Amino acid sequence: MNAQLLIEVSALAASFLFIYGLKRMSSPVTARSGIVVAGYGMLVAVLASFLYTFGVAEAAKPHLTTNAIVAITALLIGVGWAWWSGKKVEMTAMPQMVALYNGMGGGSAAAIAAMVLLATPTEGASHGSLHYLVTVFGGLIGAVSLSGSLIAWAKLDGRINKTLRMTGIQAINGTIMLATLGIGLYIVFGAGGHAPAGVTVAFFALALIFGVMMTMPIGGADMPVVISLYNAFTGLAVGLEGYVLNNPALMIAGMVVGSAGTLLTLLMAKAMNRSVSNVIFSNFGAAGDEQQGEIKGSMKPVDAGDAGIQMRYASKVIIAPGYGLAVAQAQHKLFEFVKLLQAAGVEVKFAIHPVAGRMPGHMNVLLAEAGVPYDIIYDMEDINGEFKEADFAIVIGANDTVNPAARTNKSSPIYGMPILNVDQAKQVFVVKRGQGKGYSGVENELFFADNTNLVYGDAQKVMVAMIQAVKSLDGGGH
Amino acid sequence: MEHATTVLTGFVALYIFMLAAFTGYEIIGRVPSILHTPLMSGSNFVHGIVVVGAIYATLNATSVLEQAIGFFGVLLGAGNAAGGYVVTERMLDMFKSSDKKPAGK
Repeated sequence: MNAQLLIEVSALAASFLFIYGLKRMSSPVTARSGIVVAGYGMLVAVLASFLYTFGVAEAAKPHLTTNAIVAITALLIGVGWAWWSGKKVEMTAMPQMVALYNGMGGGSAAAIAAMVLLATPTEGASHGSLHYLVTVFGGLIGAVSLSGSLIAWAKLDGRINKTLRMTGIQAINGTIMLATLGIGLYIVFGAGGHAPAGVTVAFFALALIFGVMMTMPIGGADMPVVISLYNAFTGLAVGLEGYVLNNPALMIAGMVVGSAGTLLTLLMAKAMNRSVSNVIFSNFGAAGDEQQGEIKGSMKPVDAGDAGIQMRYASKVIIAPGYGLAVAQAQHKLFEFVKLLQAAGVEVKFAIHPVAGRMPGHMNVLLAEAGVPYDIIYDMEDINGEFKEADFAIVIGANDTVNPAARTNKSSPIYGMPILNVDQAKQVFVVKRGQGKGYSGVENELFFADNTNLVYGDAQKVMVAMIQAVKSLDGGGH
Repeated sequence: MEHATTVLTGFVALYIFMLAAFTGYEIIGRVPSILHTPLMSGSNFVHGIVVVGAIYATLNATSVLEQAIGFFGVLLGAGNAAGGYVVTERMLDMFKSSDKKPAGK
């Protein structure tokens, strides 16, 4: 049948375009075109999917018109809403948006599994256990990804501030998991894939609850790793449901994302010096506060203008930005200041901690938004050796990623996490709103160090003050 | 319901999974960390292909219950695909280098 051939060809084309697109996305020079290439793949695959109308099963034929209306309506609403929400979301809120879209994909995979399991079993040709085992497994992962991602989204978006921690939560989660698996296995082997609707509903309900329970105890700082993990989960679920539906495009795309997402999760966890199991099963920061010793020294404030002028006469300045910079929307002002310094002959570099922002690379995106060229932005490994030669290091809205306690204080919850060596610069300026602690709730020794001065104030206002100070200086000098 | 479509045996499926997993690993393995977020978002977009499966399953629905689930399946999958595309494109739009060579525009 011609429609079938067209579907097969488009699936093949989509698979190729996805892989080629992802490949192009892995280099900054070609990244922009990569997503467009992958986008064409999606377009082709989705348009071709409506050719399935020519090949539906006999039993579905009387319902075909309704089915098509349902599918097209849902498609239009889904695309419309997501397009609109994706266009208007702030760059700082990107991580939770990715979490949200990812959860939706997981939900879609779970919905496919539910449809397969709830389908009327009078189709003649019955499938083997493997078919339903894969269905159930993919549905489970998809459902966990859906509810887990929603919790991650709510947490990062500030809708849930509580971090659920209680003793024995792991036992409870383990029980829920076992119950879910038990019902799943019953559906496959006990009921031959077609258990009563109530049992199937219970299975998905438990899987959703498990996703919630698994995510609730995880602190906000670990959320990027979790989102990445759920991204891999969704990929895996999609791949498995692709097998169930006999669709190689889903299998390939899903499994590519499943493995890429897993590797990305491991890289992120490594950057934070935490193992993935540590993130998921430990109560991060729960016992942190009591263990801190007294920190010697005092916080020495400095005027923003003075700090700006001092940097104007430096030969090398390294900037360590953090999420606070983006929250204050100060990237543009910061870059303006950087351009002033560059005009005055100062060598300026940006030092990016792997988890600066809310996920790896997030800070790069935020800086790129302000127009900072990526060739003065350096990864932690590449620049950590240069802090010794820097006259000034300026920390803006970052805290945990520059805390020397990670190197020295074994009782600190962030001990062992690689940090930016800003404390090795001759002079350190820390731009900070108040005297509060970082995201992890850990006190920062850097602020008390002899070579550190604190510039109090909103990051944007501080940058404006620095710009004005330097400008008035240059204006008066000529 | 098996028409003329390619029926994948368990082993062929395993081969596909194995090669796809290796491909994903290779793509991410050599990527600079500045692209991790866009790439995570990009891979998030790619698994939006699930919408195709949801459309297929919905077209084959035989009961109101299946149609209802199918509606949400397609809705969520479409959101995944469209949202993933938009945010990834917006992020990647911002990458440009300082040597006056605007990559996007």
